Amino acid sequence: MSYIIDRRQNAKKKSTVNRQRFLKRYKKHIKEAVEDAVNSRSITNIDQGGSVTIPRRDISEPIFHHGKGGVTKRVFPGNKEFVVGDEFQRPSGGGGGGGSGDGKASNQGEGMDDFTFQISQDEFLDFMFDGLELPYLVKKQLKNTTQYETRRAGFTNAGAPEKIHIVRSLRSAQARRVALTGKERREIRALYNEIESLQKRLPDDEAEQQIAALRLQIDELKQKIKRVPWIDDFDIKYNNTIRVPVPSSKAVMFCVMDVSGSMTQSIKDIAKRFFVLLYLFLKRNYKQIEVVFIRHHTHAKEVDEQEFFYSRETGGTIVSSALKLTGEVLQERYPAGDWNIYVAQASDGDNWDGDSNICGELLQKQILPMVQYFAYVEITTGPHQNLWLEYEKVYESWADSFAMHQITDAGEIYPVFRKLFEKKTEGAA
Amino acid sequence: MKKKEPISTGAEWTFELIERYDQEISRVAETFELDTYPNQIEIITSEQMMDAYSSVGMPLNYNHWSFGKQFVETEQNYRRGRMGLAYEIVINSDPCISYLMEENTMTMQALVIAHACYGHNSFFKGNYLFRTWTDATAIIDYLLFAKNYIRRCEERYGAEEVEALLDSCHALMNYGVNRYQRPQPITAEEERERQKAREEYVQRHINELWNTIPKKEEEERPSTMRFPAEPEENILYFVEKNAPLLESWQREIIRIVRKVSQYFYPQKQTQVMNEGWACFWHYTLLHALYDEGLVTDGFMMEFLHSHSSVVFQPSFDSPYFSGINPYTIGYNMMTDIRRICENPTEEDKQWFPDIAGSNWLETMQNAMRNYKDESFILQFLSPKMIRDLKLFTILDDAERPTLAVSSIHDELGYKQIREDLAAQYNLGNREPNIQVYNVNVRGDRALTLRHYVHNGQPLGDDTDEVLRHLHRLWGFDVHLESVLPDGTVTRSQHCPPVQQDMIEQI
Repeated sequence: MSYIIDRRQNAKKKSTVNRQRFLKRYKKHIKEAVEDAVNSRSITNIDQGGSVTIPRRDISEPIFHHGKGGVTKRVFPGNKEFVVGDEFQRPSGGGGGGGSGDGKASNQGEGMDDFTFQISQDEFLDFMFDGLELPYLVKKQLKNTTQYETRRAGFTNAGAPEKIHIVRSLRSAQARRVALTGKERREIRALYNEIESLQKRLPDDEAEQQIAALRLQIDELKQKIKRVPWIDDFDIKYNNTIRVPVPSSKAVMFCVMDVSGSMTQSIKDIAKRFFVLLYLFLKRNYKQIEVVFIRHHTHAKEVDEQEFFYSRETGGTIVSSALKLTGEVLQERYPAGDWNIYVAQASDGDNWDGDSNICGELLQKQILPMVQYFAYVEITTGPHQNLWLEYEKVYESWADSFAMHQITDAGEIYPVFRKLFEKKTEGAA
Repeated sequence: MKKKEPISTGAEWTFELIERYDQEISRVAETFELDTYPNQIEIITSEQMMDAYSSVGMPLNYNHWSFGKQFVETEQNYRRGRMGLAYEIVINSDPCISYLMEENTMTMQALVIAHACYGHNSFFKGNYLFRTWTDATAIIDYLLFAKNYIRRCEERYGAEEVEALLDSCHALMNYGVNRYQRPQPITAEEERERQKAREEYVQRHINELWNTIPKKEEEERPSTMRFPAEPEENILYFVEKNAPLLESWQREIIRIVRKVSQYFYPQKQTQVMNEGWACFWHYTLLHALYDEGLVTDGFMMEFLHSHSSVVFQPSFDSPYFSGINPYTIGYNMMTDIRRICENPTEEDKQWFPDIAGSNWLETMQNAMRNYKDESFILQFLSPKMIRDLKLFTILDDAERPTLAVSSIHDELGYKQIREDLAAQYNLGNREPNIQVYNVNVRGDRALTLRHYVHNGQPLGDDTDEVLRHLHRLWGFDVHLESVLPDGTVTRSQHCPPVQQDMIEQI
């Protein structure tokens, strides 16, 4: 006799735990692979999953086995022209005529491919942003909470009629009925048993009378049971809901970039990658995210993405124009209470001499009090200029929400990004 | 005989059809006296099949990263189309659980039922190794116990601690097997009770062994006495019972790994026979259905296509060659035994006087019950098969610059090739022979292992790594000596490493 069972609906992800342990164990390798991938990928597919390669020897599980050497004999099939006594050179490497047989090869380490496997997009991003966090997110969110969310929170005994939980109410009513009528039902059972034993004596007048009396008793008890109310006030259960403050899940990201003559296409590419990383990172933390592109030379302009990255303009550089526009847009469209505001500025460090202290002032007065984080990257190989020096002053008084860094080539983007957002210990505020 | 209506004609399977096929195959199997455990056939998806793959084919197992690695690798290969999944997995349990993939066609399901549910199943129930070493009724319960026990340990002592311990145990898993002593079958309930008792007993026993209170003069034994008195082949067992510093939960985990290893020990030794037996029976059973007209010509074409690719043996110079295919050897030997019984030639009568012309079913059942790969080949590999497969032996002596052909499929070579091939399946030759030789009980508690060198083969380069794992379990120094048959020590390895030169200078 055979049993046939359909298991297809059973839990599928039995190996998930083991897989996660494996990933955890080789976190270092995977992170390296992810870092390489981030640096070498084009911007549009930077957030895809990817394949991770780990050297075979690093994940081998050692066991005792025979090494090379000694006298071994192996039987092969398919002889064509060999006769006893034929001699020939050892095939070089593992392949060739020999092949490798009985499953031992995997323990030898040599000649095996590296261990390559796929990780999903989510896992990829997890590793990419592992150890990073949005600076001082929690504190600001709670301070500025304006939104509430209704959440379920178990059941209560009081509430509005429309919140009655029918199944639970009936369940508790039934429990009460069972509890309250236990004695009576037990008695009824006993009486029935008695009747049964009396019935064996039938026909017998005395027994018949007794049976009638017993039946009367049973009816009485049944009446008693009936009088227990079918549902009672305190049976009724209500769905309980509470209002919890939710941190604003909306974020806006300002991309501010210098497009003056000194910014070449390669510098812009580096800047773009930086913006993309920031965008992905924010996207993981917020449900809804808006992006504002502001470009500037001597005056600033809000543009769309295409224009931001690809249109060419020339001219001098006045950074304050962009900051001023940023401040205005903030005031008009993104009140700090509802929005988490991030600003990323990229420039090659050029600025008109007299403008830098205006920038500093604008930042400190208008922008930094409103934003969550302001990140400035200077993409240059040359020495720092006055804008950097001015920003250093700003940094001294706004170390929490202001960060600046220099990037010299594309390979540095990701490390610098990590540095800007790495977990900081609480308390600096 | 009047032909019956075919059971099905399409490729799609349904549960009713599977049941129908199972009934018919079961009926035919009975006429061949196949004695099986009851079958439990489970239909699973390819994803579930990969899950099963990665926990060494068992329906449940404790958690460990190495199973995750296996899963990741399987998944990767499968997705890329580098490998197909096995059509089935079958578990030596009572009832015998077989997994069938939902992707299979009706023909494949029937093939798998014949192969696993009647072939492998009867092998599990009949073969002496399985009867001796495994307890089909208890394995699922035991694995459940192991999984829960290890999970509790993880909660209590931390997943990393447990993982490190399991790593070390896995490194020595092949040396956690009793080769000669028979284990007693017990149920999961007994197991739980015994585990408690064991905990207490072992701890007391160990304290006695490592007792440092000086004994009376007359009790002093001559220092030449070794502990253990006889070398111990089951290294994990020795560590479990004698390592001084282990806690009782650690000993229990070592025991679990040991038990699982012991459970798989027969499978490692009967690969050729087990697959050969199963292939022979799916071939025979499905042909019996065909003879009755229960399956169509199309069914047989598809079945034969699968069958012949499973038992295909590429020759040594083919790009597809990857060692001798155990399915080929096994299947051909089984068919060959039947041929020798039914139509013996003069040669067969000379080579197999006992079985030539005997009842083929009895002879095969007897072979299935009482042999393992090594002895099976040594007993039943016929000259005809050696000729058919054109087998030849290559001698690789590291001392010599060239490889030599030592035997080929001719009159002079048959016996030798048979021995060579049998030796290839001798577990004792495949795995280095390493045993616990001595413990320095009165001194630094160092553990000495001895590797008895076979044919001059040295140990591989993982050895140091394995010694580190053993060191973690034992807690004190570990030495490994490679000993030649004449008793000279050729090489010794140590963990932690010793500056050998420095010691010699002193």
